[in-house]
Amino acid sequence: MSVIFILIFLSLIVAVVFLYLFYRAVKSGQYDDTYTPSVRILFDDKKPDGPKREKKKSKKEKPNSSKT
Amino acid sequence: MLTEGSEKVQEKTICYHCGDDCEETPIQFEDRSFCCHGCKTVYEILNENDLCNYYDLEKNPGSSLRDKPDSDEYAFLDNNEIRNKLVDFASDTVCKVTFQIPKIHCSSCIWLLENLTRLNEHINASQVNFVKKEANITFDPGKISLRQVAELLALIGYAPNISLESYDKRDAKNSNRSLLIKIGIAGFCFGNIMLFSFPEYLGFEESYDLDFQRFFSYLNIVLALPVFFYSGSDYLVSAYKGLRRKFINIDVPIALGMVVLLARSIYEVFSEVGTGYFDSLAGLVFFLLIGKWFQSKTYENMSFERDYKAYFPLAITKIIGGKRKNVPINELKEDDEIMVRNGEIIPADSILISERSNIDYSFVTGEANPVTKAGGEYIFAGGRQVGESIRLLVKKEVSQSYLTRLWNNEIFNKQEISMTKRLIDVISQYFTIVILAIAAISGIYWAIYDPSKMWLAVTAVLIVACPCALALAVPFTSGSVQRVFGKLHCYLRGSDIVEQMMHIDAIVFDKTGTLTEIRDGQVEYVGKPLSQEEKMLLKKIVSSSIHPFSTKITDYLSQTKESKRVFKRFEEIPGKGIEAVIENTRVKLGSSKFVTGDDPGLNFLASYVFISIDDDVKGYFQMKSKYKEGLKQLIDKLKEKYTLMLLSGDNASEKNTLLKFFPANTTMLFEQKPADKLEFIKRLQKDGKKVMMLGDGLNDAGALKQSDVGIAVTEDTTSFTPACDAILEGSKLNRLFDLLSFIGISRKIVIAGFIISFLYNVIGLSFAVSGNLTPVLAAILMPLSSISVVAFATLTVNHLAKRRKLI
Repeated sequence: MSVIFILIFLSLIVAVVFLYLFYRAVKSGQYDDTYTPSVRILFDDKKPDGPKREKKKSKKEKPNSSKT
Repeated sequence: MLTEGSEKVQEKTICYHCGDDCEETPIQFEDRSFCCHGCKTVYEILNENDLCNYYDLEKNPGSSLRDKPDSDEYAFLDNNEIRNKLVDFASDTVCKVTFQIPKIHCSSCIWLLENLTRLNEHINASQVNFVKKEANITFDPGKISLRQVAELLALIGYAPNISLESYDKRDAKNSNRSLLIKIGIAGFCFGNIMLFSFPEYLGFEESYDLDFQRFFSYLNIVLALPVFFYSGSDYLVSAYKGLRRKFINIDVPIALGMVVLLARSIYEVFSEVGTGYFDSLAGLVFFLLIGKWFQSKTYENMSFERDYKAYFPLAITKIIGGKRKNVPINELKEDDEIMVRNGEIIPADSILISERSNIDYSFVTGEANPVTKAGGEYIFAGGRQVGESIRLLVKKEVSQSYLTRLWNNEIFNKQEISMTKRLIDVISQYFTIVILAIAAISGIYWAIYDPSKMWLAVTAVLIVACPCALALAVPFTSGSVQRVFGKLHCYLRGSDIVEQMMHIDAIVFDKTGTLTEIRDGQVEYVGKPLSQEEKMLLKKIVSSSIHPFSTKITDYLSQTKESKRVFKRFEEIPGKGIEAVIENTRVKLGSSKFVTGDDPGLNFLASYVFISIDDDVKGYFQMKSKYKEGLKQLIDKLKEKYTLMLLSGDNASEKNTLLKFFPANTTMLFEQKPADKLEFIKRLQKDGKKVMMLGDGLNDAGALKQSDVGIAVTEDTTSFTPACDAILEGSKLNRLFDLLSFIGISRKIVIAGFIISFLYNVIGLSFAVSGNLTPVLAAILMPLSSISVVAFATLTVNHLAKRRKLI
């Protein structure tokens, strides 16, 4: 049964690690703005790389040309 | 084909960028219509940089750019001293700055502002805080200047707001962070202590369990200490402060309970008579902190502490030896020469050098119409120049100006001590005395009959009677009410305002901007019909003048074309009107005395512009300031319960109109200076009234601060509001009565919460005085009472708000 002493210490240490992580998260400002990240995560990660750009432009030209 | 262009089929053409009505002449570009060139430019920029995703996220997300900013608006950012004060961090290659951007309003805004780096490669990163409406921008100061960054933002429709306030104090408040950490630690300890106490509740039977019992108890002590000394420190300090001022606040019984809990528990562990009440202690602190957190919800994007510094600009153009230089307004000295452009605010009391100026004091004095000043006249700070640039000679430093001196009044320096004692503090005084009495009586009883149980009973009384539930009733009710109000666009500075609103018995209104809508003054023409030719002449005259009445009439005549004939004479006489000769026609426009020669006594309505053409009086334009919708119904309801009063900085011309809204015996004072308003409120308070003040401008700032509850009424919550207790959106003024009556209900909910917690106390005390309070009982009873009070308060507030159709 004495193994419980060790186990409890271990569990406490693990819990303290999480407490410390929480502390660091608060100090680094993660809880200062709880709204913006919820919007930000929905944005597409489109990087302005070459091929995509051309593709988009050609898409836009289509309606133009069909109208004229 | 269905493209965005199909919107044109509708009667109104909507601007693709900002969603405004394009009116008659939409600007076409790539199949899309725009209301103005500003909007088109933004679209072009975004299109070029492949940022049109902006338009996919939300429909018409932009802000109208019809009022194009001045090209020199941000020139002051080139001044090194100002720049250094504004930036958060600066080195040769990296510079970080936080801009306040009021225009941030949707997810498209966030997206665009966070992709600034694609617009300009020298901007390295940008991050938006949507709630605070701030953008944190990192850029390379060697390649792009702070001014250019600000101008880029302005160009795409997100003009940063840089006022004197942002210059003076740049400290972020982190009190919320420390509360979170306190809650985290209390929660952590609470959870672990419960875990370690659990075996005790089930009961130790075997002899070897004793080691465990001792081991768990010592662990509990270690875990309870940070809860007591760190998480609970606020309560101990507050109780100590209260006692030193010989005042029993609610924190006194809480602190008493905490101390007794800890002392008794440590004693039990070391003398090996029991395991203590550590779980109750940690739970108590944890729940109290949760209550505090719930109550501390504030509207971060709104400022309730603003003074003139947020209203004044950061810098002004100073003229030194004929050259213009941007200087911070703090550095203005007597006899400096400055230039104020159209729309800029006059920063200091000064003398006008230019020939003439029109100054809009509506925000400072409540006067609806701009004041015309002639060269050499003394001008008070705070007015907004309308029309062309003027030159001024500074006579007083900014902080010594007439307007800013109002803030030297003691009321602005006094720490806010609420006039009304908090309900909970009143109750806690009696509560503490009663509890101490019960503890003493049961102590004496046991001392006589069974001395071994005396301390057990005394400490048990103090432990179980700890007013945790009592202390939670108010914060949770007020916090919920604050949230309900927020949904109705009435934003309270803190939830304690709810309690202060319960005692109000007098309401004082400001007129301009509070009861009236400034923008929509209706113009009406009364008199002989005007021919097309005459209208064209009038349009020509009024569009040559920048007097606001002229602007209004110009708008009124928007369908008419301007006459092509030429002026022979054009004279604008300040305070009177305009006299113009166009070819052979002589036209006079202005006050009735100026045009007709006598006063017809049309005093029941606001303002008139009379017209005569070749000495034939045609009639007049009538401009009445429009009162807010639903005002009559609101006043009718309010007058039953409250004493109503009106203070206005404007003249008494509207008195008769106002009497149609207000009961006949209403006190109405006109031409009130800011200091007069403050004094008036003070006098009311001396007569024992609890005053609520509703105002909007800087001239109300003193009165708002002095009153028991000061509510700033504003059209746009992002614009400037003076220091106040609450901010109410102008369009919701008609709900004021509903809000106030809901406050009355919330008072009843608080009292019901008190009764519930008293019932728990009676149950707990009956165990305590009989000496039967076991740790497990305390650990069940105390959280249960807290939770039921919290649940009752929040659920009832929300339920009743729904039933009254408030949310």
